[in-house]
Amino acid sequence: MKNITVAGKALTLIFVAVFLVACSSNDTKEADEAAAVAASAASAASAVAAAQAAEQAASAAQAAVITRLEDAAATVGNVFYFEYDSSTLTPSAQASVDAHIALLNTNEQTIRLEGHTDERGTRDYNMALGERRANAVRDYMVASGVAGYRAESVSYGEEQPVAYGSGESNWSQNRRVELK
Amino acid sequence: MKCLVWRESKFAMRTVLGLGLLLAALGARAELVIEITQGVDNPAAIAIVPFAWHGAGAAPEDIAGVVDSDLSRSGQFAPVGRSDMLGLPSTEKEVFYRDWRAIASEYLLIGRVSVTDQMRIEFDLFDVLRQKKIYSGVELGPVNEARMLAHRVSDKIYQQLTGIRGAFATRLLYVAVTRVPGGKDYFRLTLADSDGARPIVLLESREPVLAPAWSPNGQEIAYVSFETNRPAIFRQNLRTGAREQLTNFRGLNSSPSWSPDGRTMAMVLSKDGSPDIYLMDLATKKLTRVTRHYAIDTEPSWMPDGKSLLFTSDRGGKPQIYRYTLASGQTERLTYEGSYNARARVAQDGRNVVMVHQKNGKFHIALLDLVTDRVQVLTSTELDESPSIAPNGSMLLYATKYAGRGILAAVSVDGGVKFRLPARDGDVREPAWSPYMSRPAATKQVDNHLKD
Repeated sequence: MKNITVAGKALTLIFVAVFLVACSSNDTKEADEAAAVAASAASAASAVAAAQAAEQAASAAQAAVITRLEDAAATVGNVFYFEYDSSTLTPSAQASVDAHIALLNTNEQTIRLEGHTDERGTRDYNMALGERRANAVRDYMVASGVAGYRAESVSYGEEQPVAYGSGESNWSQNRRVELK
Repeated sequence: MKCLVWRESKFAMRTVLGLGLLLAALGARAELVIEITQGVDNPAAIAIVPFAWHGAGAAPEDIAGVVDSDLSRSGQFAPVGRSDMLGLPSTEKEVFYRDWRAIASEYLLIGRVSVTDQMRIEFDLFDVLRQKKIYSGVELGPVNEARMLAHRVSDKIYQQLTGIRGAFATRLLYVAVTRVPGGKDYFRLTLADSDGARPIVLLESREPVLAPAWSPNGQEIAYVSFETNRPAIFRQNLRTGAREQLTNFRGLNSSPSWSPDGRTMAMVLSKDGSPDIYLMDLATKKLTRVTRHYAIDTEPSWMPDGKSLLFTSDRGGKPQIYRYTLASGQTERLTYEGSYNARARVAQDGRNVVMVHQKNGKFHIALLDLVTDRVQVLTSTELDESPSIAPNGSMLLYATKYAGRGILAAVSVDGGVKFRLPARDGDVREPAWSPYMSRPAATKQVDNHLKD
């Protein structure tokens, strides 16, 4: 609707221009030439306007799709959780990553995948385990069409817990990959 | 972003300054508190008489008090209380053995402290039962290193009475963390005396700092810092404060471990795919890849002869300790008991290996004897990690959790002596016990790296 209005305004402007050119001239021939130029300009302008309109309609539709994908990604969140001593994506983590892949496939954004573990086990081994988790998410994204160079894995091991206490209720919150 | 960094740096700077003031106010007061939980069954009774002070004003340090707490902490001695002493001799002439037999003291230590341009500590050790002097010694050094001189007295006494070189005149590195729930924690790489006294913050960061390691001469340290937003290995000279970033590879940059000759650093990098062990020639920065396996290979630790490395690998499915021999390129698995053995550290004897060992789902520190292959669990707490063995091989420090907080704890290699070193507040972790130091060295405190 908005695009049609824009095209209409362009045509109006061209008619006004023809009218002004015609009125300012005393020579009929000149006026005719001016009218011809104006007519051809008008026809070109209407083609451009139509193309613009189509493009704008398409981009509006795409924007709506992206908004929907962004909403979907925001709903699942940017944290993916893992089982103890495992770097295998759980079905629920995979579904969450899928939402982000759908969005990433619409843009060229680069991302960071930060891998984390719970406090059990040694710090340096956990540093390696955190990387394995981040890489598991990255590999799955790459397999789903996201270019590998766009995703960087950084492991924080057990150094940045979300929940400080011990016990599974805390540990399960800390075994994660955060997409940033 | 720049603004954010700047603001963070101002905040961090304030904290460093605040700590400095705090330290000045507390003098030698430690961040760590020592709580002895278990000693040997029949510790030797020793009377450590306050050392006579020959100088102006008050004595700068209670030397005898430092020796007293060192020997107590070893678990092998039971110092006599000062209020039980029937006299306070400071010279051999003033010693009456009957006074010490009367309070069942087996040994007696007396001393004299004076200061000219340096501090001079003279001390004499007596065997009360045999009624004879068994050792006399002198320690000389700067007045501001009085505590370190006192630890050197402890080392001499310990060696005389046990036959084992003392390791009191050594230092500790550890990471202290202040939790910021919902925000970024504060990490402080800290250097302190072996009794936790005189803590100095070497590096403070809002990003993780971990894996501190000593150079074999005790003059440099290495660690991993995330200050660049990625893990990187740094080395730092304790005397000059000079700092160098050694690695900046994509992926893991972890577990720095200095070779016994000081020329090579073993480390873990994942730049070529999975985590593998690499050796960096510290002069040329040239890297040599040591392990090539799709599994996790990490936590390298040198054998004292520098000819082989121990490391952790899950190539068998679960983390276990392996040994890589440099000359042959051969790798052999060393641990079979239990499903989780990791982060080995070897004593100077090349025989005792301390490691993290999982038993019944709990993580303990265990001792692996490389000659008998026997594994002995040394600790009964859970979530124990980061064992670090004293240069004399007698005790090891490790990190554990106590009352919900990260604390340091110590245990003797025979499991008989135990003490805890909780922090006054916050969490402490990753102790690294220094090698023997040739002489007390002044340490330059490094400004916060975020300053620029």
